[in-house]
Amino acid sequence: MNNIATNTEMVTISIDGKAIQAEKGQNLVDVAKKNGIYIPTLCYFRELNPLGTCRICTVKLNGKHTTGCTVKVDEGMEIEVNTPELLDNRRAIIEMLYAEGNHFCPSCEKSGNCDMQNHAYDMGLTVTRYPHVFSDKIVDFTPERMIMESNRCILCKRCVEEIKTAEGKDVFSFVQRGVKTRVQIDYEQEKELTEAEALHAMNICPVGAILVKGMIQEQPFGERKYDLLGKDIKASPDSCIVRNEDEKFIVATTSLAGCFGCHMSLLDIDTEILDMIDIVEFNKSPLTDIKDFSKRCHVGLIEGGCANSENVEVLREFRKRCDILVAFGECAIMGGIPAMRNFVPLEECLEEAYLNGVTTEIGANIVPSHEDIPKILNNVYPCNEVVKIDYYIPGCPPNAQHIWKVVKSILLCEDYSIAHDEFKYD
Amino acid sequence: MMQINPIDRSRLLDMAWEVQRKKRHIGRDDITKIAQEMNLSRMEVEGVITFYHFFHRKPAGKFTIYLDDSVIARQSGYDEILKAFEKELGIPIGGVTQDELFGFFRTPCMGLCDQEPACLINFVPFINLTPEKVSKIINDLRGGTKPSKICDTPKSTVQYTPEVDKTVFFKPYNNFSALEQLKSLDPETIIDFVKSSNLGGYGGAFFPTGLKWQFCRNNESDAKYVICNADEGEPGTFKDRVIMEEMPELMIEGMIFAGYAVGAEEGIIYLRAEYRYLKKKIEKLLEKYRSKGYLGKSIAAKEPFDFDIRIQLGAGAYVCGEETALIHSMEGLRGEPGTKEYFPVERGFKGKPTIVNNVETLAAVPRIFEMGLEKWLSLGTEKTPGTKLLSVSGDCKNPGIYEIEWGMNMREFIELTGADNPKMIQFSGPSGTCLSEADFDRNICREDLICGGSVMFFNQDRDLLHILKSYSNFFVEESCGICVPCRTGNFLLNKKIEKLISGHGEKKDLNDIKEWSHIITTTSRCGLGQMSSNSLEDVIEKFPEVFKKSLSENTDFNKAFNLEDAIAEYDTIINEMTADYE
Repeated sequence: MNNIATNTEMVTISIDGKAIQAEKGQNLVDVAKKNGIYIPTLCYFRELNPLGTCRICTVKLNGKHTTGCTVKVDEGMEIEVNTPELLDNRRAIIEMLYAEGNHFCPSCEKSGNCDMQNHAYDMGLTVTRYPHVFSDKIVDFTPERMIMESNRCILCKRCVEEIKTAEGKDVFSFVQRGVKTRVQIDYEQEKELTEAEALHAMNICPVGAILVKGMIQEQPFGERKYDLLGKDIKASPDSCIVRNEDEKFIVATTSLAGCFGCHMSLLDIDTEILDMIDIVEFNKSPLTDIKDFSKRCHVGLIEGGCANSENVEVLREFRKRCDILVAFGECAIMGGIPAMRNFVPLEECLEEAYLNGVTTEIGANIVPSHEDIPKILNNVYPCNEVVKIDYYIPGCPPNAQHIWKVVKSILLCEDYSIAHDEFKYD
Repeated sequence: MMQINPIDRSRLLDMAWEVQRKKRHIGRDDITKIAQEMNLSRMEVEGVITFYHFFHRKPAGKFTIYLDDSVIARQSGYDEILKAFEKELGIPIGGVTQDELFGFFRTPCMGLCDQEPACLINFVPFINLTPEKVSKIINDLRGGTKPSKICDTPKSTVQYTPEVDKTVFFKPYNNFSALEQLKSLDPETIIDFVKSSNLGGYGGAFFPTGLKWQFCRNNESDAKYVICNADEGEPGTFKDRVIMEEMPELMIEGMIFAGYAVGAEEGIIYLRAEYRYLKKKIEKLLEKYRSKGYLGKSIAAKEPFDFDIRIQLGAGAYVCGEETALIHSMEGLRGEPGTKEYFPVERGFKGKPTIVNNVETLAAVPRIFEMGLEKWLSLGTEKTPGTKLLSVSGDCKNPGIYEIEWGMNMREFIELTGADNPKMIQFSGPSGTCLSEADFDRNICREDLICGGSVMFFNQDRDLLHILKSYSNFFVEESCGICVPCRTGNFLLNKKIEKLISGHGEKKDLNDIKEWSHIITTTSRCGLGQMSSNSLEDVIEKFPEVFKKSLSENTDFNKAFNLEDAIAEYDTIINEMTADYE
């Protein structure tokens, strides 16, 4: 490099204690990358005018927090990238983005091609530490070619800064302020974009907020952008179960507001279930058809979130009767597909389901209600907003191997490793 | 539809104000027109308009009423006044009467904390409101009286100044006198002088003023700007308003000094919309300076120079007090803070070197030249020479402005204000620090306790959780929304405080609050987010009993989830439906 550049100045910086030579004024994220140090980024996509909106590249520069993408390297800079604090900050930001928006990966067109999801996979994220906001912003189908799903938008500003018409006018703009901020498409200007420019807008969106009608490529599993990239997740249980050597582990399972798909996946380990039976005894579970707890359980597996009063009661019963609760599947973790009704008033939901829907009988005029029928909750709640949950297994449904690895490691108190292709949100 | 000569975008806020003044809102067609004239997309203009809370997209009433809902207002009878307005107008807050005569909205602290409850009606102030006064105001307005005919003139009492030879701001000043010195001083000398004075940014950051001027001067450019930051928005502060009411000439002359020193031809006062009622008076004064030759072309100086000042009105956004956000706002953009890749002295307003100084900082400059360096440096402490204006409000006998010499002991200061055994003092605003008894022996200066200007007293009966909730509401409302830790982090913290207030808090919630605050502090893009949880952290540390009594032991059940509440809506719907069947 030195023999080409005549007027570039080389400087020495240190990243996590490692001395690195770099061209003065180069972007820190790029310098780190060239030297094998990975600083995760989400909004950053070009060196000019870094946006500095997503904050996940936050590093420490000479002891002060700042974003890596806005740092131009200079002599003597001391940079910290992978300290426990910074790693947790990054994770926290991704979790916060998951909590503020509606990231229903199982039903998202961009799943598998989503930059944010890929970061979450890399971090081994199973749940967000924050309560879900269940954002109710506009989903705009009005533009001729595009759909803007603001509830998925992370406000990275890429589209705002990058996509302009030939006249130089903005197509995407931030409107409102604070938690209400969203990206709005200018319908007039959107028409001015060429087909390629429209696709470019969809492609630079790091999540699934911008979609071009008719051009949404649904790729099969294994062929999506991030299916093969990524690393395995290593983890270990927080504490060990105490039991007598000669006793089996007692496990209970239930499906709340879910589709039983997670339970189907439970059975997908085929003959390995026979090994499982050697050490596990099922108590209350749809698999055994035991309706009531007959003894205290070591582990309770919960599928589905809470959509009605019975779900809440069952979940609370599980919390009382089980030492450890494991939420498995997206619905149990974040409400999942049933939680999509959280954006529709309850009255409209009931009317659609029982009175005006396409599958209701003509003349139907009764919404079922009886003291024996569970009452519908105002919203669908993730399990951890009702009781404490100890472990989470993501997926829709979770991969069978993934489920049993986690359960087995909790029971036997062993470290475990989940392969990248077993760890999915969809 | 390409405009041949599009209007300069920095006129956007002015144009929007003009429309709103005439129509009381900015409609779809108005936005289209502005967009065409500026050669922008419609939505880009919409994005700017909807960023500022004083711009309305729907009719906001011939008389637009903004009631101050700051933490001080809330403990000075806000609830009663709110009810009085709602009763008189027949609409809830946030609404507009059917005849579109009145619009009634809330707004954060508007710099009248020593005369609360207060409101603005068509941007003229009404202070010390009582239900009777509200009733009379509304009757008068209904009868056709103009708000400006019946409004109040907010006079803040200057409660304290040091002995006259130690006073910097509030003593008589002969207009133009300091400017005479320009005739014998070149710009470099002025900068050296300001550097030696150790003057730092009185907005609260205390960045050395002389150094800022030096950087700006050193950057070669065909244009440079001097911006006076009169967007004083930190809840509880109103000192800049009082300077602009009592001694605006000091601010103007400070700007002239700055313009000469850095080589700028244009000075701009970014005036918060809450202070719009001061605009005419300052403009009149500027005219006087122009007529005397102190503004305009070839101003008399050792190196004669051109310099003029105009006022840019803000439109309601606390974050615009941050200098890069302020510059964006002046450029007709959303008031989002920049990435800090460049400092304004390198690339500021319109990409040109710019200095942004607080009103009080600029007002100090002519005084320093007047009294001389030696005298100035003999005041205050080594790191903070001179005096400081503090805006005092809350539970004390004598709210108002205090000009104190830096270094004053806290107890002495408390005694001056007549605050009786305060429980907590909010020092430097919600983004500053909370002081408890243990801090009262400290001294007010850079070496110890620094203050941007807001001091709010809370007595032993005040509920700190509710005060924190009020701060949190403010930050949620005022976050620009560009980065997630500030935008959503503060929103989630707000929910947590709500949970604590409702009595459902557990010990682990306190850990969550600490952890989340830390994340917001370390990852937010600008000072607003970085400092938004300061008070929360302070109260946790200094007033642990506040949380102890409202937190229970950790359980495996979330007490904030109440099944009865969650099924209430269903019960109501079913009851209504079954009533229909019968």
